[in-house]
Amino acid sequence: MKKTTLLTGLLAGSAMLISQGALAASCGEIVIGSAISLTGKYATNGVHAQKGYEYAITKIRENGGVKVGGKCYNFKVIYYDDESKGDRGATLAERLISQDKVQYMLGPYSSGLTKAIAPITEKYQIPMVEAEGASRSLFNKGYKYLFAVLSTSEQYLASAVSLAAEKAKEQGKSPSSVKVAIAVENDPFSLDIRAGVSEDAAKFGMKVVVDEKLPRDLSDMSAILTKVKLLKPDLLIVSGHSKGAATAVRQIKEQNIKVPMIAITHCEAADVTGKFGDAANDFLCSTQWSETLAYKDSLFGTAAEYEIGFKNAYPEYKAKKVPYQTAQATAAVYVYKDAFERANSLDKEKVRDALTKTDMQTFYGGIKFSKAGNNIAKPMVLRQIQNGEYNVVAPSAFASHKLNWPRN
Amino acid sequence: MDQVLSNLSLLLEFPIVNLKIILDGIMIGALFALAAYGLALVWGVMNVKNLAQGDFVIAGGYVSWWLVQHGFPALLGVPAAFIVMWGIGWVAYKLVISRVIERDLFTSLLATFGLAIMLAQIMNLLFGSDTQSVDLGYKTLYFFDGIVNIPIAKLIGVLMAAALATGVIIFMKTSRMGQAIRATAQDARAARVMGIDTEKVYAFTFSLNSAICGAAGAIIVMVWVIQPFYGISYAIRAFVIVTAAGLGNLPGVIAAGLGIGVFEQYGAHIFGISYQQAIAVLLLLLVLIFRLIQQRRNRQVLK
Repeated sequence: MKKTTLLTGLLAGSAMLISQGALAASCGEIVIGSAISLTGKYATNGVHAQKGYEYAITKIRENGGVKVGGKCYNFKVIYYDDESKGDRGATLAERLISQDKVQYMLGPYSSGLTKAIAPITEKYQIPMVEAEGASRSLFNKGYKYLFAVLSTSEQYLASAVSLAAEKAKEQGKSPSSVKVAIAVENDPFSLDIRAGVSEDAAKFGMKVVVDEKLPRDLSDMSAILTKVKLLKPDLLIVSGHSKGAATAVRQIKEQNIKVPMIAITHCEAADVTGKFGDAANDFLCSTQWSETLAYKDSLFGTAAEYEIGFKNAYPEYKAKKVPYQTAQATAAVYVYKDAFERANSLDKEKVRDALTKTDMQTFYGGIKFSKAGNNIAKPMVLRQIQNGEYNVVAPSAFASHKLNWPRN
Repeated sequence: MDQVLSNLSLLLEFPIVNLKIILDGIMIGALFALAAYGLALVWGVMNVKNLAQGDFVIAGGYVSWWLVQHGFPALLGVPAAFIVMWGIGWVAYKLVISRVIERDLFTSLLATFGLAIMLAQIMNLLFGSDTQSVDLGYKTLYFFDGIVNIPIAKLIGVLMAAALATGVIIFMKTSRMGQAIRATAQDARAARVMGIDTEKVYAFTFSLNSAICGAAGAIIVMVWVIQPFYGISYAIRAFVIVTAAGLGNLPGVIAAGLGIGVFEQYGAHIFGISYQQAIAVLLLLLVLIFRLIQQRRNRQVLK
């Protein structure tokens, strides 16, 4: 009895699929696989990324699909939930490739999971365009099938160092007199940030006075802030995902820490302006992308138009900013469209070769891959929270506002 | 090593920092003590080592956070979390814990571990994986050039924790239920013979534990941050404290809780904050070694 109902269900389901396919005006389908975090600790950002992928797919379908060999195709993504766990991600990648026979992959969320999946896609020689793994350790392994649209993580806060040097010069002091305090979480992403900052600080001859690693389950950083208070650095760098951002903003206010410049990551994810109001003012936040930037393309329009279009498609984002995680996920799908059309083939090797030659302007910024697969055409952006608004202050070419310095 | 030395010299150069570290330690330790206190109860009375302890704490935090999101005053969150978590504790007892009480240690560990994973994932689905906190908007008091600071929110939190702990101690000492709980802890069979409904005592104790944890969580969300997967760090500390203080020694639990808070803060200052939790576990190791030596000295009869 049960079996028959199941069977009829299946039959009905496939009949529906067929009729739907017929409706979509004889466009073919390109199937892409993605293991992504829909549950577990990365679920929030995993879902942001998934919506970014889906928005791009819808937008491409509405604009005539992907043109390969005179035929049109639409993307379809098979998602599996990796539960925010690396080993699960790797298993699912195996399953996507060997059972579901996908020939192309979109990346998961976070550097850690990308690191777990990249060896698998590399083994099967499946191209993977990823949008959420920024760790530079992904790009020194000689991977040939991995392409990342985002800037690598050591660039995240490095620009804050040059900004501090600039300010020192304006004050008539040498950049080498600047003292830097670094507090980052002990994970691949944040350690890259630390590496980027300390390299740049060393270039200017700056002194690093505090250099601490935050534990994963951080809820209290008062010990570090006490040291900051005593040693009076000119620049404080904090990176510890959203919990690091929330803890830093809260305790810097509580302990009344006066540092002229403070740069952190994950401001939006932690919603520091919403939660802590004025206490978040004058913090510098790094971001991959901002809707106020002057980037544009022919499919999504300008960065601002992308934001509006996305909010119309997903009304639950109406009240907040569209996170950059979503924008870069959309850009990853767009890169695939571009590569398929240039390759003019569905052969994965030809598509890979086309990916290596990518050189395009998008609403998300320029995209051009180095030999290692990371995007070298897009700079990181620093924004400052000014009266609760995120305003771009660096790099100066895109800056819309002046930096408030010193912060109070 | 250089860093350790420079950190030590900072302590000597600015002696007032010691006061700040001790105060910070006491404030964080008070909340560890609260969670440990509930664990000692459950462990002592029903011999269940509850690994879901930390997740009860976080769940209490979310109750309070949810109320604040819906326009209720933040301080109401503490009693509300106490009540809601009482109910959740009772349900957890009826569904899971009551089935593992008489079983061996391993079964109860596995069952509560499963409960911990379930709770964390349910909270993740309900509230999302972002860190949350409640801002009371109170001022911070500064002393000694601002080096020592006491946020009023923290002060209120510690006072509430102290009031709750005192309340529970008085309750255990004077009320009939408290007597029954103590009797059951001493000898469940004898208590049953004397007409005590131990099943009811167990359900009450577990609910009380869950409620205490909930209140602790509601205080934590006002002072620090919570996230669905933070439970484990509170569970670990609760175990360390109870092991150090021993079962059935409630004042000892409080002292050990405050002690571990201060010890951790010192460790974080001297060795770096990344060793904070390692220091808690190191302390546990030292206590166990010390206990072992102590027992060896007055070795008694063989069973």
